[in-house]
Amino acid sequence: MYTQGLDQAGTDEQIAVETDELLSAFQERIDAEEKIEPKDWMPEAYRRTLIRQISQHAHSEIIGMQPEGNWLTRAPSLKRKVILLAKVQDEAGHGLYLYSAAETLGVSRAQMVADLLSGKAKYSSIFNYPTLTWADIGTIGWLVDGAAIMNQIPLCRCSYGPYARAMVRVCKEESFHQRQGFDIMHTLCRGSDEQKAMAQGALNRWWWPSLMMFGPNDSESKHSAQSMAWKIKRFSNDELRQKFVDATVQQADFLGLRVPDDELRFDEDSGHYRFGEIDWQELFDVIAGNGPCNKQRLEKRRQAHSNGAWVREAAQAYASKQASRAAA
Amino acid sequence: MSKQEWPLYEVFVRSKAGLSHRHAGSVHAPDDQMALDHARDAYTRRSEGVSLWVVRSDSIVASDPAETSAFFEPAKDKIYRHPTFYEIPDGVKNL
Amino acid sequence: MSANQALIAYTLRLADNALILAQRMVELVAAEPELEEELANANFALDFIGQARMFYTYAGELEGQGRSEDDFAFMRDEREFGNLLLLEQPNGHFGDALVRQFLFEAFYLHLLEALMRCSDQRLCEIAARAIKEVKYHFRHSSHWLVRLGDGTELSHNRAQTSLDDAWRYTGEMFTADEIDTAMQENFDGPDLASIHELWRRDIATVVVEATLQLPDDQWMASGGKQGRHSEHLGFLLAEMQYLQRSFPGATW
Repeated sequence: MYTQGLDQAGTDEQIAVETDELLSAFQERIDAEEKIEPKDWMPEAYRRTLIRQISQHAHSEIIGMQPEGNWLTRAPSLKRKVILLAKVQDEAGHGLYLYSAAETLGVSRAQMVADLLSGKAKYSSIFNYPTLTWADIGTIGWLVDGAAIMNQIPLCRCSYGPYARAMVRVCKEESFHQRQGFDIMHTLCRGSDEQKAMAQGALNRWWWPSLMMFGPNDSESKHSAQSMAWKIKRFSNDELRQKFVDATVQQADFLGLRVPDDELRFDEDSGHYRFGEIDWQELFDVIAGNGPCNKQRLEKRRQAHSNGAWVREAAQAYASKQASRAAA
Repeated sequence: MSKQEWPLYEVFVRSKAGLSHRHAGSVHAPDDQMALDHARDAYTRRSEGVSLWVVRSDSIVASDPAETSAFFEPAKDKIYRHPTFYEIPDGVKNL
Repeated sequence: MSANQALIAYTLRLADNALILAQRMVELVAAEPELEEELANANFALDFIGQARMFYTYAGELEGQGRSEDDFAFMRDEREFGNLLLLEQPNGHFGDALVRQFLFEAFYLHLLEALMRCSDQRLCEIAARAIKEVKYHFRHSSHWLVRLGDGTELSHNRAQTSLDDAWRYTGEMFTADEIDTAMQENFDGPDLASIHELWRRDIATVVVEATLQLPDDQWMASGGKQGRHSEHLGFLLAEMQYLQRSFPGATW
């Protein structure tokens, strides 16, 4: 993803007029399922939309390390500890792939990180909920990664090449994430009464926030139509949410767990599960910064960043000393 | 300089002997040696590779998309370079 | 103590070293100075936990009482842990954690090398697998020590202090007790005196390149191998063992 260095020279040109001809030629390429690559001409709004979406996605991976990381030191067996550590490490890796993809659009990782730390940039609301028991780790893998996969698989065909390629790698690596979560739940549900209660409690807390992960209803979603036209997005929020519910309710039945929704029922005619109304106010509150863990998550990132400053600077200082020694 | 971020490196991985190195992604690193370490830890976690190349992103010279047609289209009409251009008479073998 | 008992105790010490260091590294997840370093730290911790599991499993087989890797990791008290004091020390800042890693890995590399030549087949095999991982770790921690030492004035001073502070915990690596001696006599195990020389040589090379000073030999702490730990280990274990202790006999 090498065009970042080259892009910096071209900032003046980017303000060039977006004529109808250019715009329609661009849309034709998209409609023909051609991939857009970093140095290709693209509308400024397309670039900005991608930067926003990819960096949010990257931030979500990075912040997402925390709720699960919360149980790394307390994982109940050595096997569970290595599995969870490998998963949390993958999240760091996926953050890295995604930041790299965004960097091809001419924004630096330092800038994206600064926007995250200042609170300007958003990340997935789900990671602002606390992980209170070991069953929460199972539930995150099962539900949150399950929901993420629904979102991410279509992104492998996104019109922007570097994003699509990053997502192919991410999806390949994440294929074990949901399974390990389900495996934790399955083990708990076959365990003692206390373990079953732990599993049910976690499902009760994570079910609705998981449904919120797909975003507002289509009628309320402000970026959807344009993103669909640009093939950054392939399915609507509501379509993906429905797909998720259909898949997950059966899995909950298998586990012997009850989905915490009194209105949930199977609709024979459509072949889909109908579910109750989401508490949208809760989603908007969490997005606005008022979730249970928003402050804590960002504070931990800020601390890591500022505590690491002297280390990053030391490495740079050494590199420049080495460079001048080589030149001498 | 302390506020600058570590430079960007492109990472190329040879998945097994006999295959070329292929672009895998990028990492930030303060210098070449660390770039190799970072590439190893980021891109070969699932034994994806047997050899790694890293190169500073700003050292790569790339063709300009504005010149795509001048660069690549002239090759398109030289169909006589491809074996399918030629008709082979029935009965002729090993050609 | 029979030869077999010494072998079990020795194998458990190897396991405890790997696990306790890994547990400290796991505490650093999501707190590293840069994203790339998150990946490195997790890789190394995964390696160490993997080694701990192999050693524990082998110790359980030798003992023959049906204890599993998790029984050893989660159901023993601190007096039963035989890890080095160095490894249980709190993380401190990046330089402290790095120096801890660096000093141990330089020792561990030579220890594993010697174990590859011991007369116990299984330990040879485990050591042969582990050494590949630890070689890379040591490369990486050496790279970092050089960058901190020869980086900024601040990083140089911090790295020197980290080195000085950790030094007191290096002595017990090389002080042979009856288990080390039994291992050497009965199984052709490592000779700690010669490893001490190799260790000194290796770390001196890196420390000099890092423009740092090797600390003078001073008073050395000891007792970790024999289960007399610093106050830190109890808290580490309380956190790590909490679920297994709260729900005895449960399957996870």
